[in-house]
Amino acid sequence: MSVVSDTIDWFSDSTHWSGDDGVPHRLVQHLGYTSLTIAIAAAVAIPIGLWIGHTGRLRGLAVVSSGALRALPTLGVLTYASLYTGIGIKAAIFTLVLLAIPPLLAGAYAGLESVDRQTIDAARSIGMTEWQILTKVEVPLALPLIVGGFRSSTLQVVATATVAAYIPGPGGLGRYLIDGLALRDYPQVVAGSVVVIVLALVLDGIFVLLQRLALRNRPAPVRSTV
Amino acid sequence: MIEYRSIGKTFADGTEAVGDFSLVLPSRTTTVFVGSSGCGKTTLLRMVNRMIEPSRGQVLIDDVDIATRNKVELRRSIGYVMQHSGLLPHRKVIDNVATVLRLNGVDKSEARDRSYAVLETVGLDASLATKYPSQLSGGQQQRVGVARGLVSDPNILLMDEPFGAVDPIVREELQAELLRLQRELDKTIVFVTHDIDEAFLLGDQVVILKKGGEVAQVGSPAEILATPADDFVRSFVGLDKGHRKLHVEDRDGSRIVVDATGKAAGVLTE
Repeated sequence: MSVVSDTIDWFSDSTHWSGDDGVPHRLVQHLGYTSLTIAIAAAVAIPIGLWIGHTGRLRGLAVVSSGALRALPTLGVLTYASLYTGIGIKAAIFTLVLLAIPPLLAGAYAGLESVDRQTIDAARSIGMTEWQILTKVEVPLALPLIVGGFRSSTLQVVATATVAAYIPGPGGLGRYLIDGLALRDYPQVVAGSVVVIVLALVLDGIFVLLQRLALRNRPAPVRSTV
Repeated sequence: MIEYRSIGKTFADGTEAVGDFSLVLPSRTTTVFVGSSGCGKTTLLRMVNRMIEPSRGQVLIDDVDIATRNKVELRRSIGYVMQHSGLLPHRKVIDNVATVLRLNGVDKSEARDRSYAVLETVGLDASLATKYPSQLSGGQQQRVGVARGLVSDPNILLMDEPFGAVDPIVREELQAELLRLQRELDKTIVFVTHDIDEAFLLGDQVVILKKGGEVAQVGSPAEILATPADDFVRSFVGLDKGHRKLHVEDRDGSRIVVDATGKAAGVLTE
């Protein structure tokens, strides 16, 4: 039988839809890792990115360090982190956070940089405080690019979170891939990939809608995309 | 009253924008800083609301050194109109105008009412209030900019080449509108332009600047035309060209004012 029909059989097997190893449970785990990662990464990257964008300081450092972060080999970092945190989900989350930071950081500072200097100057000269300039002018105008940062960050993490299963213990959708490869159960591997792909596409679709929403107050043509 | 006392400004890169500048701007009059680019006119204007801090000297408003005042409070008490309207692109016209009042702690519905009123004052239809700035023409945007500068009824209005980017016909309209407003409102206006005709039209006191904020001449338009201080002023105001040298010629019983190039400028009615 072909892999395709085997995979369809895998999906139609009701035992794959319930219990700790079932698709719903793994999917929820996977989304849990992803949201935790994005939340931690955003808590770090967004304030720094907004500060860099608002003040224009340390921009070079941000560019270089996000470049370096992007270049890190995920599996290597994961193995290395495991040595410190022990076998478990912590190492995986740490690795994914490193991966999630650069796009978020870039979205935030590039977003703020894209705001017209004259608009900011005007806001300051009518008597807005720096905080008001940031929250009422810069962030609203930068929102499409900031959401764009979340979009690419989330997609990268959703795809890469499969490596969490590389170390024993954590679950997520990566389980199907790693375990399937170990058992040479290829229908399971393909099925796992399909679920990850569908999840990524659905999330991307949601972000497209969010970006549209962020642009709703803009009747004029707007400069866009990172 | 605004007073500059021995003001100097050297920027961080070493450029000296203003050397040593002192001047009194009387209340309820329009003072126009006019000069070519690089003469420091915008720098001088922006010192009044501390958008630029002088390197030396003091700026006083009603005898208080503004360096002792909170920057944000100071800016909220002064109207500011700039060349490219400077409107917030993500807010509707009415909200752009109301923002200034909201910053000053005026409650929402009062801010709205006053903003509608001031839009009417500057000659904008209420139907434009709910549009976004990008949906307006350049001239309309400038009117909104003026409305925003006036809405909190400040004593001082700073205008940085406010009509520089609109076409000549709209510019004339806006200039006439400003003269009308000033007759009604009696603000202390500081106006920056590179256009000497605009300076003479709007200014009670005209300050002609050379490079580095050096004053070439201060006076009313008539004083400057009557007794230009030097060749720089004579050339700047156009006295060395033909169109300011007017004489009267009799044509068919009418007395026609003609400039040195022979072009008819108007009719003498007295």
